[in-house]
Amino acid sequence: MEQLYAEIILDHSRAPHHAGLREPFDAQVHQVNPTCGDEVTMRVSLSGGGPGATVTDISHDSLGCSISQASTSMLTDLLIGRSRDEALEVLTSFEAMVTSKGADAGDEDVLGDAVAFAGVAQYPNRVKCALLGWMAFKDAILQASSTETDPSTNPDHAPSGE
Amino acid sequence: MAVDVGTVAAGRTAGDVARGSLHQHIRADFPILERTVRDGKPLVYLDSGATSQRPVCVIDAEQEFVTDHYAAVKRGAHQLAEESTEFFEGARARLASFVGAARPEELIFTAGATAALNLVAYSMGNASWAGPEAQRFRVGPGDEILVTEMEHHANLVPWQELCRRTGATLRWFGLTDEYRLDLSDLGSLITSRTKVLALTHQSNVLGTVPPVAELTEAAHRAGALVVLDACQSVPHAPVDFGALGVDFAAFSGHKMLGPTGIGALYGRYDLLATLPPFLTGGSMIDEVFLDHSTYAAPPARFEAGTPPVTQAVALGAAVDYLTELGMDAVRAHGKELTGLALQGLSALPGVHILGPSDVVDRGPAVSFLVDGIHPHDVGQLLDDAGVAVRTGHHCAWPLHRRYGVAASTRATFGVYSTPDEVDALVDAVAGAQRFFGAR
Repeated sequence: MEQLYAEIILDHSRAPHHAGLREPFDAQVHQVNPTCGDEVTMRVSLSGGGPGATVTDISHDSLGCSISQASTSMLTDLLIGRSRDEALEVLTSFEAMVTSKGADAGDEDVLGDAVAFAGVAQYPNRVKCALLGWMAFKDAILQASSTETDPSTNPDHAPSGE
Repeated sequence: MAVDVGTVAAGRTAGDVARGSLHQHIRADFPILERTVRDGKPLVYLDSGATSQRPVCVIDAEQEFVTDHYAAVKRGAHQLAEESTEFFEGARARLASFVGAARPEELIFTAGATAALNLVAYSMGNASWAGPEAQRFRVGPGDEILVTEMEHHANLVPWQELCRRTGATLRWFGLTDEYRLDLSDLGSLITSRTKVLALTHQSNVLGTVPPVAELTEAAHRAGALVVLDACQSVPHAPVDFGALGVDFAAFSGHKMLGPTGIGALYGRYDLLATLPPFLTGGSMIDEVFLDHSTYAAPPARFEAGTPPVTQAVALGAAVDYLTELGMDAVRAHGKELTGLALQGLSALPGVHILGPSDVVDRGPAVSFLVDGIHPHDVGQLLDDAGVAVRTGHHCAWPLHRRYGVAASTRATFGVYSTPDEVDALVDAVAGAQRFFGAR
């Protein structure tokens, strides 16, 4: 159990970083895990355009188990300040690790503290928990990128808050 | 042909089980309970409400049937077809009698309880363009379908869909803070507009057993049909649909010691005879012409295609096994374990029962919340101790929303569950509290 619930995971779950929805933001998404009812609302703010756009802020309001809370918390630490493409590379690496059934221990140079989630790969039921926030981020980035080129394609988009 | 697929439980007497020691006599009938999980820990299987484990006689009945008797049922000009049909229809007759049907034809085999409930909802939808004989099943704008806030999604979503397709309105009984059905609005909820009352016989989360007979009477006085979700009651208590007076009832095989892939719909014969079919095709017809067809009498009318013959035979063996145990003894056993679990869990500081605090009108499902620990994490720690429970909303999302929670942890007991296993559950919950609190 200590492998799954590493101290750093419990720390993040008790006090998730960048919790509470903030403005301004370029995209807001809502992800639900239909099997357990866990949910996350995430806001992402980008500056600049294209692949080199910088993720300037991520904030979230999450309801979920310690794995999903901690994973979303660590995601914000890891991805704020990265370029859009760098952030997506980290995401790909994280997803590969937790879905690897243990074959991929995770690259600490890419994932930093998030390698603590390698233990999740041994528990197929928990993979979705670990990925909830990451899938929300992926969604948000897609949404922000699509509104960047054509704001009319996304009616939910509310760049200046209300 | 006299192949007995139901000889089980030899040497047990009613006296043994009446002393509340059901599990001691039958534990060995369930081989899977011998295995270990998570690095050698004995399995404590407390997820029978999701699916029950199967006794050897059920496993054997299936294998014997397939090994020696299997063929297509109801047709085929050969001995195997006759034998197969006899096994299949024999299982139907035993199951029908087990749940209080007036005749075997009132029992339709389906792919499961969800399929059975959808059968009723879709057939009622088909009544809109069927002949005048189906008039009483028609629903449309102005009509109401009444459910409860504690329904499993399987007895909620099909009715939402029927309303969407026909323009009928969905209404529901709420729940009280004591985890019971709120009947204070009964007079304004059951009216002449009510066409269907669809409700559970036992909540799969709270364990709550609503007053089905009384509600059925009220619904019938208003001219409504009553559809019962009996998935959680049939495996745990004596159930008599005829005496309850309900019009339709659905239940599943795999929750009553039988196999997956099979469930049943009980329906009053006069209703089944005029309800339009849902799935159409082979086996359910009377006569077929190129441009139209006429339909067979029940149960064939609702059993299009090749039925789950192998599963039916195994389910018949499960019925024999439960009958041998005696459903009164099964109910008493469930109540004993539920009482122990309620007592043990509520004694832990920070643990709250999501359900009635006593065993009155309550089945063997005990859901709970642990302060400061998400149910998924509780479940993970329990699993690590070998205790298998379910976490999440248990397909009853509106119920969880009603009580302001996203999820819960649920322990459910079967005929083979033991008081020691309840102790293991309570210890493991305390262990989870230590793990997340102390570190």
